[in-house]
Amino acid sequence: MDWEVVIGLEIHAQLATRSKIFSGAATTYGAEANTQACAVDLGLPGVLPVLNEEVVRMAIMFGLAINAEIPPRSVFARKNYFYPDLPKGYQISQYELPIVSHGQIDITLEDGTTKTIGVTRAHLEEDAGKSVHEGFGNLTGIDLNRAGTPLIEIVSEPDLRSAKEAGAYMKKIHAIVTYLGICDGNMQEGSFRCDANVSIRPQGDSELGTRTELKNLNSFRFVEAAIRHEIERQTDELESGGKVVQETRLYDPVKDETRSMRSKEEANDYRYFPDPDLLPIEISPDFINEIKTSLPELPDARQKRIMKEYKLSEYDSSVITSSRDMADFYESTAKAACSVASLDVKSSKLTANWIMGEFSAALNRNSLDIKDSPVNDEMLGELIKRIDDNTISNKIAKEVFDAMWNGEGTADEIIEKKGLKQVTDSGAIEKLVDGVIADSTPQVEQYRNSPVEKQGKLIGYFVGQVMKKSRGKANPKQVNELLRKKLAKD
Amino acid sequence: MHNKTLAELSRSLRNKEISSEELTRLLLDRCNKFNKSLNCFISLTEDKALSLAMEADVKIKANNAGPLTGIPIAHKDIFCTHGIRTTCGSKILDNFISPYDATVVKQLESAGMVMLGKTNMDEFAMGSSNETSFYGPVENPWDKERVPGGSSGGSAVAVAARLAPAATGTDTGGSIRQPASLCGITGLKPTYGRVSRYGMIAFASSLDQGGPMTRTAEDAAMILNAMAGFDERDSTSVDREVEDYIAALEQPIEGLKIGLPKEYFDERLNPDISQIVHDGISELEKLGATVTEISLPSSTLSIPVYYVVAPAECSSNLARFDGVRYGYRCEDPKDLNDLYCRSRGEGFGREVKRRVMIGTYVLSAGYYDAYYLKAQKIRRLIRDEFQQALKDVDVIIGPTTPGTAFRLNELMDDPISMYLSDIYTVSVNLAGLPAISVPAGLLNGLPVGMQIIGDYFAEARLLNVAHRFQQVTDWHQKKPTGYE
Amino acid sequence: MLKQSDIKKIAWLARLEIAEEDTPGFSRDLSNILNLVEQMDHVDTSSVTPMAHPLELSARLRPDKVTETNQREQLQSHAPAVERGHYLVPKVIE
Repeated sequence: MDWEVVIGLEIHAQLATRSKIFSGAATTYGAEANTQACAVDLGLPGVLPVLNEEVVRMAIMFGLAINAEIPPRSVFARKNYFYPDLPKGYQISQYELPIVSHGQIDITLEDGTTKTIGVTRAHLEEDAGKSVHEGFGNLTGIDLNRAGTPLIEIVSEPDLRSAKEAGAYMKKIHAIVTYLGICDGNMQEGSFRCDANVSIRPQGDSELGTRTELKNLNSFRFVEAAIRHEIERQTDELESGGKVVQETRLYDPVKDETRSMRSKEEANDYRYFPDPDLLPIEISPDFINEIKTSLPELPDARQKRIMKEYKLSEYDSSVITSSRDMADFYESTAKAACSVASLDVKSSKLTANWIMGEFSAALNRNSLDIKDSPVNDEMLGELIKRIDDNTISNKIAKEVFDAMWNGEGTADEIIEKKGLKQVTDSGAIEKLVDGVIADSTPQVEQYRNSPVEKQGKLIGYFVGQVMKKSRGKANPKQVNELLRKKLAKD
Repeated sequence: MHNKTLAELSRSLRNKEISSEELTRLLLDRCNKFNKSLNCFISLTEDKALSLAMEADVKIKANNAGPLTGIPIAHKDIFCTHGIRTTCGSKILDNFISPYDATVVKQLESAGMVMLGKTNMDEFAMGSSNETSFYGPVENPWDKERVPGGSSGGSAVAVAARLAPAATGTDTGGSIRQPASLCGITGLKPTYGRVSRYGMIAFASSLDQGGPMTRTAEDAAMILNAMAGFDERDSTSVDREVEDYIAALEQPIEGLKIGLPKEYFDERLNPDISQIVHDGISELEKLGATVTEISLPSSTLSIPVYYVVAPAECSSNLARFDGVRYGYRCEDPKDLNDLYCRSRGEGFGREVKRRVMIGTYVLSAGYYDAYYLKAQKIRRLIRDEFQQALKDVDVIIGPTTPGTAFRLNELMDDPISMYLSDIYTVSVNLAGLPAISVPAGLLNGLPVGMQIIGDYFAEARLLNVAHRFQQVTDWHQKKPTGYE
Repeated sequence: MLKQSDIKKIAWLARLEIAEEDTPGFSRDLSNILNLVEQMDHVDTSSVTPMAHPLELSARLRPDKVTETNQREQLQSHAPAVERGHYLVPKVIE
């Protein structure tokens, strides 16, 4: 049977405020346990919440970025349940009246087509603390530093139809929140987290199948892997005559599998009701307009601009703009690489190739973020400038790049130190070419006896020999031209 | 000296007839002497009181004193007090030392007031007799066999027995006005949002409001001058200028329009109390007020609505008492749920459990609409009827309670009858309006209060009417015997 | 009338240990309270908007400033169980 996959994602993005959503405690990551949990965060008797204005502003920015509705009135509600990392015994969240509703975003699929994904709602809530299970014997330690950190929970429509689409959607939301600067997007630190609701149904059915909720999908890779596994598991289950049980499953990235979480004795009954300590948020059209005019450039707009301004392909520009960091890095590198005042097409393209190629590969190999890269935008720009002005070949540039990565200096210093400057002196090159032709009589014969359309291929041998003799430093273009001229003679 | 009102003491202090330290020692002695039987204090804070009194004396000596400087006050043990045990009348907070001061406590301290101690109360303010306190019942000084009312029973008794010239209270459904009425003192519940709730341990957040409990309306006005005001730590606190409540006291009340809700004077009201309230209204008529009958039909549903809204909010507000970060933790919990269930099961008393369970039930899946949402709708009807009525009249007057103080244990096993003792007070909390209870007579030797309800932020008007009433009556000067 | 099983379910949701012998009493009291509350049923509220709060005002917003400093020592000085800055609870199984 053919199955249709139905996926909806719930993304929790931590809003990048200085203080917490309802208290004046700091939100800095990594502080010593409970040193950033004030009386309000601890839920001491008598304390009361007061809403952080920046949180409201950031939620509106997100709503505007996804073309959503921002209702004039939204309400905080209490979600009641007991858990040791939830100090008050309830989480302040939004239920019936969220701050953002009915948005949509476009994702680009592998075949280049775009698909619009609905965002049902995005609501504000406070984060819980952390339970530490190791290091306290048979007890659990509770750290409430994270308690009260502002979150925006972004709930998609069940519009996603494959693990790939889910990954693309998550990347897009990640790009939007980081472009807006409302979330640092750091997945290792838990600033951007994702849960997925997955179900399958026979192709053509309109009714949804029973869904499972996958938790702990904290990287783009995990989301796709976990969903793929879950689809397989559900398919096997149904095809062998079994049933999918509605449950929460945890993705284990080490074993690369999902497993059922301890089933609760009963369904949760969160007893939501409007929080009487907080009055409704009222948002005026003026406030929305004020935010609208100060919105930064968003991923889609930036992609279009970069494509046009730097003359990049649709594909290259979308890769370059997939994260704000990369797009920023691209633009500053391209500017540094350009020797003239205006951008030139060649170095723009070269910059894109370098960032998507060598540079990204080096980051991946070392698991580094762009901002932690040992090669910065200026350094990479200088390297590209040297390729562009024929000081070095693309091949030598890779050697220089590796040396820069290892901290051996700037491109010019390394070229100088290692004597990697390209040989462009035509006399020197002619000498090398003559030498190779003299040493390769059979190949010369073969070349000269071949039809013109085959000669293009055969010339590669001679170029290779000359480059080898020059230790890569000869200008390949000059070598090529000279070889063609000399081989055609006689 | 202890028989003087707060206003009189204020003058004595500034005329240097007595120092704050002397006054404080005198009252602490009385507290120590009478608290054994009355049980109106959970904690006496003698060291703190004396150091505050000495500070006050320095200011008084330097002629740098405000009207409240050096005057002792008792705080209901629902207000958090820095470094001092704050129990809320519960075993679950028996060992809780608050690391911060409630805004109200701070405000009164910066006005120069001297905290004598923390008063007894119904556990988490849930009760109308002060019998649900973990620290035992409080005696009514008018009759030791009777309750003082609740939940601010300890505060009412401390003022009635002249152990303190003033006390703070909180009122969620009548918890200031009902004990004030049963103990023969003056108690004001301000408009919701007028007094900060920060540091006041929450029972039902949309109903709770702190206020003064004093012997006279004038004293209440003096305290409210310091207590009222905007607090940036309380989102429900209203940013609105505070009037000078003293300045308004002497205004004539000629032409004052009084509304008498017919629902407050129906067959459920003890006829003797009805007579006492009518006599009180006659006194106001003599001062030029006019009376019209009004109707507040939905107010008859205020008890049902209240017993949905208040328990719903309290079930959530009290979830934080879980034995994890502060307060009582059971011995040797075998797992996490055992820790929760036993800490809370052992830490909370019976009435708190009843209300937490009712609240949990009315909010749970499948019942929310029928109970909680329905209650919120009727709450609006109650509020709208008040607002409509207050377009035509300036104040609404009726009894504070349907009867006088009942006997200890009389209603402990009959929660419904206990709840009905708040029948005339809860609608005011549901609407968020201000109301004051003033002594209006004695019935079989027990005090009877008259309730005056005003429009939003009309505290000055209420205090003015109450003050005028007290200028022509002496019920507020009656005191229980045996406390000299 | 709430059954004893209802009482147990509610008590569990509220994490309250109720002694077996107290269940009938709670069942009676809670049922009586619900009977009282059900007087509300007689009112037609179909056209009434629920009122969550006596003040019909909107949220006041606080500037995004860090105003609280580390008070861990004081805040944990009366905690039931603390180790290396963490509050301790029986092992939580996930």
